[in-house]
Amino acid sequence: MKELLEKLTASPEEKTFRLKARLEAAGPMTLWSKQTFLTCPHCERRATRQRWSESLYVCPNCGTYQPIGGYYRLSLLFDHGSFHELSVKTIQQDPLHFPGYAEKLSLQKRKTGLSEAAITATGRIGGMPVVAAVLDSRFFMGSMSAGVGERVTQAVEYASAKKWPLIIFSASGGARMQEGIFSLMQMAKTSAAIAEFSARGGLYISFLTHPTTGGVTASFASLGDIMLAEPGALIGFAGPRVIRQTLGIELPEGFQTSEYLEEHGFVDKIVPRSELRETMTQLLRLHTPKGQKV
Amino acid sequence: MIQDRLRRLQALENEQQTLSGTPDEAQRRAEIAEERSALVAGCAELSSAERVFLARHPKRPKIEEYIEALFTDFFEQKGDRQCKEDASILGGIACYKGVPVTVLGHRKGANLADNMKYNFGMPGPEGYRKALRMMHQAEKFGRPVITFIDTPGAYPGVEAEARGQGEAIARNLAEMSRLTVPVISIVTGEGNSGGALAIGVANRILMLENAVYSVLSPEGFASILWKDASRHAEACDLMRLTAQDLYQAGIVDEIIPEPLGGAQLDKKALFSCVDIALEKNLSALRRQTRAALASGRYKKFREIGC
Repeated sequence: MKELLEKLTASPEEKTFRLKARLEAAGPMTLWSKQTFLTCPHCERRATRQRWSESLYVCPNCGTYQPIGGYYRLSLLFDHGSFHELSVKTIQQDPLHFPGYAEKLSLQKRKTGLSEAAITATGRIGGMPVVAAVLDSRFFMGSMSAGVGERVTQAVEYASAKKWPLIIFSASGGARMQEGIFSLMQMAKTSAAIAEFSARGGLYISFLTHPTTGGVTASFASLGDIMLAEPGALIGFAGPRVIRQTLGIELPEGFQTSEYLEEHGFVDKIVPRSELRETMTQLLRLHTPKGQKV
Repeated sequence: MIQDRLRRLQALENEQQTLSGTPDEAQRRAEIAEERSALVAGCAELSSAERVFLARHPKRPKIEEYIEALFTDFFEQKGDRQCKEDASILGGIACYKGVPVTVLGHRKGANLADNMKYNFGMPGPEGYRKALRMMHQAEKFGRPVITFIDTPGAYPGVEAEARGQGEAIARNLAEMSRLTVPVISIVTGEGNSGGALAIGVANRILMLENAVYSVLSPEGFASILWKDASRHAEACDLMRLTAQDLYQAGIVDEIIPEPLGGAQLDKKALFSCVDIALEKNLSALRRQTRAALASGRYKKFREIGC
């Protein structure tokens, strides 16, 4: 009944958001797919779409986490009706005029409906306002481009101006090769923005999802006051393929997973998808000064 | 190709040394001098792949030589105070024209034994944490920071990952951006990936004429984009990694000229060019207030790619 009421009274922005979230839910696996059964790419067993949806796209059979779309991620997190996408100052894409890149970009845009690999928004969690950024691995593997760096930086600066907590969900294959040095420099830009935000006393919760590697790991993703990770995610600086090739050795079992990072002291907590909202609410509450109205 | 020219130059050099001062050899000497200047003149226009070759030349000046030539009273600082000493970063306190500064940079080593000892200039997290420790100290004592960048990249290893390579680089980027002392970075050889940038968040980025600075080595770039590392020459052109490209893109503030044919041919001339550029930029920065230095650095990186 409550859900129905929410649906009927939702604003146009909320309706669009919920629709996008539902359509893209498990990224490439379900995008525009009409099949009743979905197959897990890991264990190759099938389950109904209904069961996948109930398990938040964690395989009902083997427990493997499927990548999920950015809007869907936020829909799991935000209070109903609180989503508001930040408008972005558009910047020049393709700074190197890299051959074939412009075509690839427009193809990715058409395929995903996204304009870059980062979505930035504000919303409320348990009534508490936050700024959130989500890197979306469907778009160029969530790689760091000037556009991604700019969006993340704008989100950090917005949180700073509003004095709201900041949550960033990272998922990235590393640098956007086609943007060369401009991609590299985004690491400095985003890290500087986080440092500035932190010096002003802002709370930054960094949430690492599969996969977080390269320049994103070596910048804003590693700088959270609180570091969280999704179970079984690949997290590292150099990718496992590069390390294997360079050293010519087999890598240890479980190397560069969330659990490995937790064991080595780089993650506070591994948070199952089903506990995402609950954990965030707890953390935000713990950072709300006593007596302060939210 | 520059490789052939340099080989021929070396051969001429060797021949000249065998010649004695007798008059009948005077003509040969003149010929050698003529061919030499023609060869050197031919090095004026270089392709980006040739610059990559020069940037990695084994005889290219190393950080020890820069410190020796430009600074006095160098006191080396070692260790990250947490885990170990990473020798692929060399740094410490020194005097530059009477002013105490913190100087640090990647150390590659001049021969194979040293290459191995210094891990070819590829730091692990301990190296970056050591660098950060030195920079924090520079902040405390109000010393300018001068960094020399020359690395194939951060080390991709199991231990490095276990001890947080990504976190170490990220922390450096964040902390460097807030330093309130002048920071100058000089890209002297190859600056690849986050491993270079981790000591490169500077107020001024200077770059030697034949140095290169990029998101990844051209080989790595080609292997990621085309799954074929042998296409690296093609990658060099597309990546826009030369000092000239980066100056045009507004990322590098000044190009330091090198002797024709590369820095390794006349180190003395090179050091005096570096000295002039360093002195000019440092004295300009030392006139700024501490707050202006930090906000200027923030703004510099904030505007890249906008």
